[in-house]
Amino acid sequence: MIRYDILTEIAPILRDHLVICNIGIPSQELHAIDDQPSNFYMLGTMGLASSIGLGLALAQPKPVIVIDGDGSVLTNLGTLPTIANNVADNYILLIVDNGSYGSTGDQPTYAGRKTSLAAMARAAGCERVIECAAEDTGRVLTEALEARQMTVIVAKCDSGNRKMPVITMDPVVIRDRFMKAVAAGG
Amino acid sequence: MSIDARIVDDLQANGIEFVTTVPCKQLAGVIAEVDARPGIHHVPSNKEDEGMGLCAGAWMGGKRPCIIMQNTAIGVTINTLATLIQYYRLPLPMLISYRGELREPVACQVEMAVHTKALLAQLNIPTYHFHRQADVEELDQILKYTFMCNKPVAILTDASFWGGYGDQ
Ligand SMILES: [Mg+2]
Repeated sequence: MIRYDILTEIAPILRDHLVICNIGIPSQELHAIDDQPSNFYMLGTMGLASSIGLGLALAQPKPVIVIDGDGSVLTNLGTLPTIANNVADNYILLIVDNGSYGSTGDQPTYAGRKTSLAAMARAAGCERVIECAAEDTGRVLTEALEARQMTVIVAKCDSGNRKMPVITMDPVVIRDRFMKAVAAGG
Repeated sequence: MSIDARIVDDLQANGIEFVTTVPCKQLAGVIAEVDARPGIHHVPSNKEDEGMGLCAGAWMGGKRPCIIMQNTAIGVTINTLATLIQYYRLPLPMLISYRGELREPVACQVEMAVHTKALLAQLNIPTYHFHRQADVEELDQILKYTFMCNKPVAILTDASFWGGYGDQ
């Protein structure tokens, strides 16, 4: 399974929640699979999805799911201690770990070699960390939502991308409709 | 009232409830004051671009943010300022310790000080420089301006400003 397959499988879970989606092909894939106003697509700024999601989770009570990548977490490793020490039980960080920088041509990351992001998250102090196979991502994500406890999921999958059009939506439109979804009742 | 309490009063009077900080010696008092206020959620960050991500999320979640940082970090936050804060049009007051100005004891700090205003100008970031004690009088209006225009706004506070309130 590649990232696209995981996103396709979990799209019915994601659509009811606030989602912060990583820069590049992950956002393009999610946008193509199931565009929702409750999806915040990052068009730039590699590495900050987990930080934006944490700020959002700390500021309001709805569950927040961050779709991140191994390469992006590696570029902002300081995020793991910040997440661990500022517990938001409405926060789920889903790291789709394909061991490569997917958006730039599938160059290998260190997460695909010796480095374990799950072990790093635990060492940072994150208490609920689950590493799973790609095909179990939907079940693990559902369990994390039910647990109502801050969770870091590392979903191991194959490297590869679907060819998707770039997102042409204006960033202010993405942000505005997302904020309306955040503020909406229920 | 201490200058630290006065600054944090202005933050709270402008509805700021979420503050992220990366320490600087000159900002130690403000950071301690932020941490002590019950109405402010204080999240220390490990790097300033990470902090700006936290602030972006907090604002979209309904809380007005502020980042407290040192000017040496302007270099590492340029991409974040351009592609996140400005591109998505998010408000962000940046209370910045302006190291490397008059009274600076550490020579290396001057190396980023000479670039600080040029970089902020290149990014079209409205920039205010607090040099004398009385300059703090403008903070309230600067914060109102920031949340009026939804832009990052820099408030540079130098050693002469802080020195006006005692030895640095
Ligand atoms: Mg990857």
